[in-house]
Amino acid sequence: MKYVDSFRDPAIAAPLCDRLKTRGAALAARGGRARIMEVCGSHTMAVGRHGIRQLLPENVTLISGPGCPVCVTAPGYIDAAIALARRGVTIATFGDMLHVPGSEGTLGECRSGGASVEVCYSPRSARDLALARPDREVVFLAIGFETTIAPVVSLVDLALREHIGNLSLLTAFKLVPPALRAVLDDPEIQVDAFLCPAHVSAIIGPRTYEPFARDFRKPCVIAGFEPLDILFGLCAILDQMVEGRASVENLYERVVHEDGNPIARALMDRYLRPVAARWRGLGQLPDSGLMLRDEFVRYDAEKRFDVPVGPGRESPGCLCGEVIKGKRSPLECPLFAQRCTPTDPVGPCMVSSEGTCSAYYKYERRMRA
Amino acid sequence: MRQRETSIQLAHGGGGVMSRNLIRDEIVSRFGRGPLEGLPDAARISIAGRELLFTTDSYVVTPLEFPGGNIGSLAVHGTVNDLAVSGGRPRWLSLGLILEEGLPFEVLRRVLDAIVAAATACDVRVATGDTKVVARGQCDGMFINTSGIGDPIPGFRLGPERLRPGDWVLASGTLGDHGMAVLAARAGIGIMGGPVSDSAPVHRLVEAAAAFAGGVRFMRDPTRGGIASVLNEAVEGQAVGILLREAVLPFAPGTRSAAEMLGLDLLNVACEGRLLMICEPGVGEGILETWHRLPEGQRACRIGEVDDRGGAVILETVMGSRRLVDVPQGEVLPRIC
Amino acid sequence: MCLAVPMRIQEIRPDGMGIGELAGTRHEVDLSLVKAPGVGDYVIVHAGYAIEKLDENEAGERLALFKELADSWQVHSP
Ligand code: SF4
Repeated sequence: MKYVDSFRDPAIAAPLCDRLKTRGAALAARGGRARIMEVCGSHTMAVGRHGIRQLLPENVTLISGPGCPVCVTAPGYIDAAIALARRGVTIATFGDMLHVPGSEGTLGECRSGGASVEVCYSPRSARDLALARPDREVVFLAIGFETTIAPVVSLVDLALREHIGNLSLLTAFKLVPPALRAVLDDPEIQVDAFLCPAHVSAIIGPRTYEPFARDFRKPCVIAGFEPLDILFGLCAILDQMVEGRASVENLYERVVHEDGNPIARALMDRYLRPVAARWRGLGQLPDSGLMLRDEFVRYDAEKRFDVPVGPGRESPGCLCGEVIKGKRSPLECPLFAQRCTPTDPVGPCMVSSEGTCSAYYKYERRMRA
Repeated sequence: MRQRETSIQLAHGGGGVMSRNLIRDEIVSRFGRGPLEGLPDAARISIAGRELLFTTDSYVVTPLEFPGGNIGSLAVHGTVNDLAVSGGRPRWLSLGLILEEGLPFEVLRRVLDAIVAAATACDVRVATGDTKVVARGQCDGMFINTSGIGDPIPGFRLGPERLRPGDWVLASGTLGDHGMAVLAARAGIGIMGGPVSDSAPVHRLVEAAAAFAGGVRFMRDPTRGGIASVLNEAVEGQAVGILLREAVLPFAPGTRSAAEMLGLDLLNVACEGRLLMICEPGVGEGILETWHRLPEGQRACRIGEVDDRGGAVILETVMGSRRLVDVPQGEVLPRIC
Repeated sequence: MCLAVPMRIQEIRPDGMGIGELAGTRHEVDLSLVKAPGVGDYVIVHAGYAIEKLDENEAGERLALFKELADSWQVHSP
């Protein structure tokens, strides 16, 4: 697999880990430590899968941020999707959403009860479903951050061009920069630097992070999801910290270009407008989401079927809110691996395979013993 | 109460934690004495003083046909393999067909032809059978049940309690091909090319290892839940654990790339024609050599060792770090995140 | 948050859809979000959409730099 395996080369990783250790020591010599937030859930997963936490110097900690679109989806959204499914609508969704708890249950349970819930790899499958079953309404669960938004919203584009009348979106799109700002605005938060997402940055471009580096003095380094990318990204962050700098560095130039992807952003802009969005754990954040513009209201499932998305009820006892902000580690949650497991998740961080709790459960739980 | 606790979910059949709980709480609690004790792949029974191995399995797969096989070849290989990994020589099969109204004859014929071909290749006879037709919507095209009877091969003494630190963990070929091939062929996924199911019999591999039978401690075919599930089961509650080495795990390129695309861990994905064996270090080389002489054993290799980390399956990653290989949680779903 | 793989464009159909390939696995790829895609280009595919091109020169340079730094660190690190 070209451009995958070469970025997993252990021969390069070994000296890289040494380098991390010496930079960590240099930081320690100045009495410092680094709490680095990996914003994106795919970084969290890669860190777990490749065992990267174990390769870090002691004074460097990775904190998982709010970058899992499944985890931050509020329970009320799941409730609305279930209500639609119960009404006989076909729900088309990414696999990740099937086990997210709503106030009462999950879509997976709803499917076991006979509802029509179809798992798709690509949003285009929803259009295929709608074409194949003109007698049925198909609703795509339109979740995701910047990377996913353009692909999903292109469904509306397709529906318009191909005159598909039985396809709509239940939107809960989220934007990364407002979430980062919310993290930084929390006076209790203790994050020294950001490892910025790979593919979100491909859409929004590196400049978006400049205010965080400039105004909050936090190094922001964009890195790919392969282990060498991550290790180099961490080295770059430590370099900045040791030298007392804070700037935006793009180490994923092979994909992230200076002005991001303007085509994708234009498509988003044509169909969507900013809206306050509810994040599980972070609460309601102004202009942190996108919804369909009024002229496309017929593609908005919430309005089309009159299933208003409410806040829903979050699971009591769950620390996801704190975990998503990086204030607590899953290991500090009394429910972790006890009442809350991937089979029977209490909170969304355990549901999504890239949720912080689930990544900890999968890869790190017994390694600490 | 959550619906999860009141009705069967798809994940109950996924080979993960939920399947295990279902079987423990509902089946073993009622039937778990006698030959069913310990839930072997095949039970050892004795009829008129003669020892026999006896097993049954049901086959439900969507789509019915996939690259590398169809539900028919699967139904023969699966049952043959359950007998083989129990240290048996497969002899007789039963064949139960449940057909859905509307199933094209073409498909039925291809499935039946595959059954004949597979049975002939495995040297087993279909001795008895049954056919039922159900109304449209009551089954997914067709379901098959096969039961199998085999003769025990002398010399094998198998059981996870026999594992010792230092034992070798062997895999007879590439991992995760069947599960990926079926998932990739499913509507809504749309992968072309890439993974091809490994659906095949493993009894020749078992026969080949019979010369070293005394040194073989454990054999399984890693189906649902993949090797993660089988190995975790093997060390659960034991004083030993298993260390796998990522760098040597055998994967077919198309399977690996499809798994990267869909974000799946191949350790959790089913094989239908692989043998996972744990043996004394002394016989490991010998077994691998005999396997390499068989076409189905070309890519056989040692993938790890038994160690003394009680109950844990650990993967040493390519990066040189270690991570836990957990019991998969159930249904394998593609993810975008 | 966004699982994506680099695929090589094998074919572009008249409707603008492409076929992407990664080590023998092929999938339809919607190319409408990238500028001037061409057969042989590498694109980053997320949920069946090319979200950006992969610049092979940059990838090569980055790898070369990784190797160079790794070598120098190996020599100089205590
Ligand atoms: S372990 Fe479970 S309950 Fe605790 S924070 Fe994570 S998801 Fe919530």
